[in-house]
Amino acid sequence: MWKYFLRRIALSLLILLGVSALIYLLSMLMPADYIDNQTAAALQSGAMTMEDVQRLKELYGLADKSFTGIIKSYMAWLTSTMKGDLGYSFLYGKPVTAVLSDYIWISFAIAFISYLLQIIIGIPMGIKASVNQYSAYDYTVSVFAMMGTALPSFFLSALFMNVFAIRLGILPLQGLTTATKIFAKDAHLQIFFDKAWHLVMPISVLTLLSVGGTMRFTRTNMLEVLGSDYIRTARAKGLSEPVVVYKHAFRNTMIPLVTSLSGMLPGLFGGAMITETVFAIPGIGYMALRATQQGDIPFIMGYNMFLSILTVAGMLISDIMYMVVDPRVKLS
Amino acid sequence: MAVDKEKDIIINSNEENNDHAELAAAQHFKVISPGRMVAKRFFKSKLSIVGLAMIIFLFLFSFVGPLIVDATWGYKETQVFKIERNSDMITKAEFPGPDGKEYTYYDKSQTLVIFKAPPSAEHWLGTDTSGFDIFTRLMYGGRISLVISFIVIFLETVIGVILGGLAGYFGKWVDQLVMRIVDIFACLPGLPILLVLSATINSIESIPAEHRIYYLMAFLTLMGWTGTARIVRGQILMLREQEYMMAAETTGIRAFHRIFRHLVPNAMPQLIVTATLGLGGVILYESTLSYLGLGVPFPRAAWGSMIALADPSKGQEILANYPNMWVPAGLLIVIAVLGFSFIGDGLRDAFDPRMKR
Repeated sequence: MWKYFLRRIALSLLILLGVSALIYLLSMLMPADYIDNQTAAALQSGAMTMEDVQRLKELYGLADKSFTGIIKSYMAWLTSTMKGDLGYSFLYGKPVTAVLSDYIWISFAIAFISYLLQIIIGIPMGIKASVNQYSAYDYTVSVFAMMGTALPSFFLSALFMNVFAIRLGILPLQGLTTATKIFAKDAHLQIFFDKAWHLVMPISVLTLLSVGGTMRFTRTNMLEVLGSDYIRTARAKGLSEPVVVYKHAFRNTMIPLVTSLSGMLPGLFGGAMITETVFAIPGIGYMALRATQQGDIPFIMGYNMFLSILTVAGMLISDIMYMVVDPRVKLS
Repeated sequence: MAVDKEKDIIINSNEENNDHAELAAAQHFKVISPGRMVAKRFFKSKLSIVGLAMIIFLFLFSFVGPLIVDATWGYKETQVFKIERNSDMITKAEFPGPDGKEYTYYDKSQTLVIFKAPPSAEHWLGTDTSGFDIFTRLMYGGRISLVISFIVIFLETVIGVILGGLAGYFGKWVDQLVMRIVDIFACLPGLPILLVLSATINSIESIPAEHRIYYLMAFLTLMGWTGTARIVRGQILMLREQEYMMAAETTGIRAFHRIFRHLVPNAMPQLIVTATLGLGGVILYESTLSYLGLGVPFPRAAWGSMIALADPSKGQEILANYPNMWVPAGLLIVIAVLGFSFIGDGLRDAFDPRMKR
């Protein structure tokens, strides 16, 4: 088993190496880079000359866009990354690791709460729908679940903002804090509640978008289990319906459920780019979108590698969990 | 519904007898081809019919609609309409007067607005911030979304079938190589990379604006082919061990034909289902890119960029007062994605009733 995991980890490192090379190549191929964006106005007004721009580009390591130049700078990036140094973000003027660790927590908070809600709401709904297959409840819940997965996040956000922030005026429109309110320095509780109030809409949007997936997944797997022989045996023994459903059927549905839900855990750190941007929440997704639009290569590299590592970690965790929840499984 | 339920119970509890019954029925009555069987099962499900109706509606709306508009009123998506109207703006403020009473101060101003006309008989959904007819733009936006999604899924399927087929059939180092490439692409964060790529295309000035859409399709394909490749490989790994493949091998059929004539067609049902379910995903990606201004460039219409008008960072006016500009586009996206997933689910159940969810 250990051999299996060592091999998996070695393979993951290989994949990550490939991913990093690909992303680096792609982001370096951007013809207008960060310096061009920043100096365009100064160039036009004559405050800077082409030589100044060129010097700046050399300083930022963006001057050599030839293939060998890209390989050389990629190797430099790789060696410093190995040492844990992701470089300086052009846009934010801080080390990339510092930006990541500063803004990751708000994103994680949003994602984690909506993840919990998704479990609390989705699983019971899925169980109920599967027990009453083809009932009105089943159809309604299934259609709503599908609608949740079909809604673009920016559209749902806009609808929410229109209804709850503008028409009803009960929730704040955007941002993380109320700009007009001034809190005393030690009013931690008030600040906390103010922030929580601002996060109600983003969390509801994310929950609505993802709850359908969990619900459908639960329903599908429950139906599979409910159709098996030992459930018939359990019913034939005269066990009560709740015992059959929750003790005999659901426990076996837990296997795929735990596997997939635990695989999602690392992804919670990745941030929700669109939702955070629409609601102007300064999370990691919002920062990444801005950095991407401006061509901030160290940040693009750092963020995307971070996301890839999360994906790889998620796959690894769900493999491990698969073995933990189902002792019959032996990985080799 | 009740009838359906009963039938299902019979099938579940009495599968063997049912098979016999089906066989007997086939002998006594008529033989239905597998294709007909699939079609029959597909149309028996209400959801798949609803899905089909939604997609047919969208196709008519976005491909026939513009022709009708053009033939009857003679305008296209970028026709500017200047409809003059007076817009009253009333601001009010309350202040305490010198006599101690509360007074309310009204300031009424009138501005002449030529764009953003409200819905009317000529313009069913009004006009937008540039004076374009919204209803017509929805049709053209639908064209973009549907065309992009079908082309992207077609390309993804072709690439996936070729690479997945080779990997599954030859195994060994070919499999290793292809699957590692698949792993790398599957590990790329989808949206951020698409953003980088689209930003690249937008900043290259030598690429004409109308060609950007082709690059967009290529990028969407690049990010999405791995799923198909995995499915094809898995199916072929399973199928190639079966007897008919041994027969094909002993008769000396070329490897190319063995793969693409004998193996791939058997993986077809799964491929069709994945492709149908994938169409909605492509539409969502495309509209997200358009929303961020990285999709089809202005002045061409796209559903995503129509919703982007409501972005509150650019001012709340449209979000608050002009739902006619952005709500219909969002609803059409939902209809499209929902329609494709209904059809995909229906097809999956129809191809393989044992897989019924």
